[in-house]
Amino acid sequence: MTGSTTILASEDLSAFGQDPWWLVMIKAVLIFVVLVLLTLFNIWFERRVVARMQHRPGPNVHGPFGLLQSLADGVKLALKEDIIPKAADKVVYLLAPVVAVIPAFLAFAVIPFGPVVDVPFTDRVTPLQLTDMPVAVLFILAIASIGIYGIVLGGWSSGSTYSLLGGLRSSAQMISYEVAMGLALVAVFLYAGSMSTSEIVRAQEELWFGLILIPSFVIYMIAMVGETNRAPFDLPEAEGELVGGFHTEYSSLKFALFYLAEYINMATVSALATTLFLGGWQAPYPLGGPIWEGANEGFWPVLWFLGKVVAFIFVFIWLRGTLPRLRYDQFMRFGWKRLIPIALVWIVAVATIRSISTSDGFDRTYLLAAIAVIAVLFVGLFFFGSDEEAAEEPAADVGADADGHDFDAFAGGYPVPPMSSATPTRAKER
Amino acid sequence: MIGFWILAPVMVAAALGVLFARKAVHAALLLAVVMIGLAIMYAIQDAPFLFAVQIIVYTGAILMLFLFVLMLVGVDASDSVVETIRRQRVLSILVGVLFGVVLALGVAQVSVGAVTGLDGAQPEGNVPALAQLLFSRYVFAFEATSALLITAAIGAMVLAHRERVEPKVGQPERAAQRMREYAEHGRSLTPMPTPGVFARHNAVDTPALLPDGTAAEGSVSRVLVARGTIRSAPGLVDDVAVVSGSVGGREETTSGVKPAEAGGGPSGPIAGDPSSLRPDDETIDEQGLGDQRRGDRG
Repeated sequence: MTGSTTILASEDLSAFGQDPWWLVMIKAVLIFVVLVLLTLFNIWFERRVVARMQHRPGPNVHGPFGLLQSLADGVKLALKEDIIPKAADKVVYLLAPVVAVIPAFLAFAVIPFGPVVDVPFTDRVTPLQLTDMPVAVLFILAIASIGIYGIVLGGWSSGSTYSLLGGLRSSAQMISYEVAMGLALVAVFLYAGSMSTSEIVRAQEELWFGLILIPSFVIYMIAMVGETNRAPFDLPEAEGELVGGFHTEYSSLKFALFYLAEYINMATVSALATTLFLGGWQAPYPLGGPIWEGANEGFWPVLWFLGKVVAFIFVFIWLRGTLPRLRYDQFMRFGWKRLIPIALVWIVAVATIRSISTSDGFDRTYLLAAIAVIAVLFVGLFFFGSDEEAAEEPAADVGADADGHDFDAFAGGYPVPPMSSATPTRAKER
Repeated sequence: MIGFWILAPVMVAAALGVLFARKAVHAALLLAVVMIGLAIMYAIQDAPFLFAVQIIVYTGAILMLFLFVLMLVGVDASDSVVETIRRQRVLSILVGVLFGVVLALGVAQVSVGAVTGLDGAQPEGNVPALAQLLFSRYVFAFEATSALLITAAIGAMVLAHRERVEPKVGQPERAAQRMREYAEHGRSLTPMPTPGVFARHNAVDTPALLPDGTAAEGSVSRVLVARGTIRSAPGLVDDVAVVSGSVGGREETTSGVKPAEAGGGPSGPIAGDPSSLRPDDETIDEQGLGDQRRGDRG
C-alpha cells in the first residue's frame, strides 16, 4: 500500500471549475467552431492527399487551393431532398444521426488544447480545456460508446437489409475494438498515475509515452481506425458489399450529420492519441526545450496540438489510400485473437516492470537482463514456429482441394495447354 | 438536487416505456436512457468513476449486445401479447408486488450511520479510494466475482464450441475450386457481370448487354427475377416491345415520337440518335431476355 501511494502522482485539478459562465460559453463555442472547421479542412485534406497519392490534382478550383470545396459540398448536401423511407421507424430514424453527432462533439470537452493561459483583455487565467475530471479518458470512452448507438440505430431503423447489416457489423466491430483500445490505455494510466487528460500531458514532460510504450501506441493506433469505421476497417459502410452500410437510406442533412460525426470522431481519437502518447500540446523535443523557451507557453501549444492531430489525420488518409478493406471474419479474428491477447500480455509486462522499478532495492540491470533473455527466447520461438508452419503448409496446400482430390490446373490442357517441358499430370479419377 | 428533479421524471418515464413499448428495440433504447440517466446521477453525486463505468459497461457493451441480438432476431418483430406460459401475467404481478413489499421492508429496516461526507470517505479522490477498498477490504469478494465471471465465460465457450469435422476452406482452396469448376463446367472465374449499366437502364433488374447485343445471363440476380416484386423481366419485355414499336414508328414518321412514349425509361442512344438504331438488335435483346427469364423460372 505504501508503494502505491508513491506511484500515484498527486492529482491537481484545482485549475478547473473556476471559470465564470461566460468563459465556459466561449470555450464551448470555440470547441464547436474548431471542430466544424477542422471537419471542413479534413474533408478537403483527405481529398487532396488521396488525389496526390493517385496522381491527380484533387479539388483545386474553389477558394485558395480548393479549400472552400467542402464548404460548397456541405451547403449542397444540406439543400438536397430529404427522403424518409416508408419502411423506416420514423422516430428512431430521425434520432439516430443526432445521437451519432452529439457525443462526437462532447468528447472534445476534456481534450487539453494547451496549458493555463491568460485570458485576453482580462486578468484571469484559465486552462485551454473546457473541463477535466479524474476519469477524463474513461469519459471519452463512455461518450464514444454512446455514439455507436447512432450508427446501430440508424442501421436498424432504415428498414433496409443493407443498413441492418451495416448496423450489426458496426455494433460488433466497435465492441470488439473498444476492448483493445481500453487495454491499450491501461499502460498509459499506469505510467501517468492518473486518468485525467491534463495530468497525463503533464506526466509526459520528460518523455512521450508513445516512445516508452510503443506496443500500447501501436495497438491504440489500430483500434482507433477500427473504432472510427475508417478504411481498411470500414466494414459497416463497405460500399462494395453494403452500398453504404448503415447510412444507405439517409440523405440530405441527416446524412451530413453522419458524415460530420465520422470526421469529428477521427479528430477525437487523433486528439486522444496526441494527448496520451505524443505529449499533448507540448512542443516536439528539440523545439520545446533547448531551442525556444516559450514554445510551451501562451497560445503556441495550440499550434503543436493541432499539428499533431493533423498528422494523425494524415495517417488515416494514408491508410485509406493504401490498404484494401479487410474481410469481416479476418477483421474480427484479428481483433479478438491477436490484438486483445497481445494487449493483455503487454499490460502484465508493464505492470510487472512498473512495480519492480518503483520498489526500491532492486537492480535495474537484472530487469534488463531478464528482458533480453525473454526477447531472445521469443525470437527463437518465432523461428521455430515458422519452420513448423513452413513444413506443414505445402502438405496442406499443394494440389489438394477442399474435397481432398488432387487438382491440377493444367489437366486436359485446359484452360491453358501444358508446358512442353513438363509432363502433364493427369487428374486422378473423380 | 436540480439535476435529480430533472433526471428522475425522465428516468421514470423511460422505465415505464421499457415496460409498455411494443417494439423490443424501442424498449432497449428506453433502457439505455434509464442507464445513462443513472450514470449522470452518479456523476452528480461525485462518483465520476462509477459514471464512466456505468456507461462503458452497461450502455456501451451489455445493452449493445442486447440490441445486436434483437436486430438479428428480426427487423420489426413486435412483441406478441399472447401468453405462452399459463397465468404468467397474474403470477408476475404477484411476484412483483411481493418483491416490492420485501424491498420496502428491507429499506425501512436500514439504519444509516453518521454521514461523514465524501471528503472524509475519499481523501485521495474517487478512483484511488475505490481502488483501496476493492484491493484491500473487499479483495476476496472481488476475486470471487472475477472467478465466477471467468467460469461463465468458459462455460459459454464450451457450450458454443463445435468441433470442426472437415478441413477449413480457405482462400487458396476456393481459388482451386473455382478453377476446377471453370475447367469442368466452364463456369466464370470472375464475379458475375454487373446489371445493365449501359443497356437501357442502370437498374439492378435490367440485364447487361453483351457486345453482340444479347442479354448477359447472370447479370441479373435470380432472386429478383423469381420474386417479381419489382419491375423485373416481364415488365421489361413489355417495355422492350413498346420501345421497339415506337422505334419502328419513328423510323416511318422520322419525327414526332416523344421520349415519354418510349416506355418511360431513360433511353440514351435511342432518343439521342435515331439513325444509329438497329431494331433487329432490339429484338435480339428482347429474345435473349425472354430466354433468360424462362430459364430462370424453369
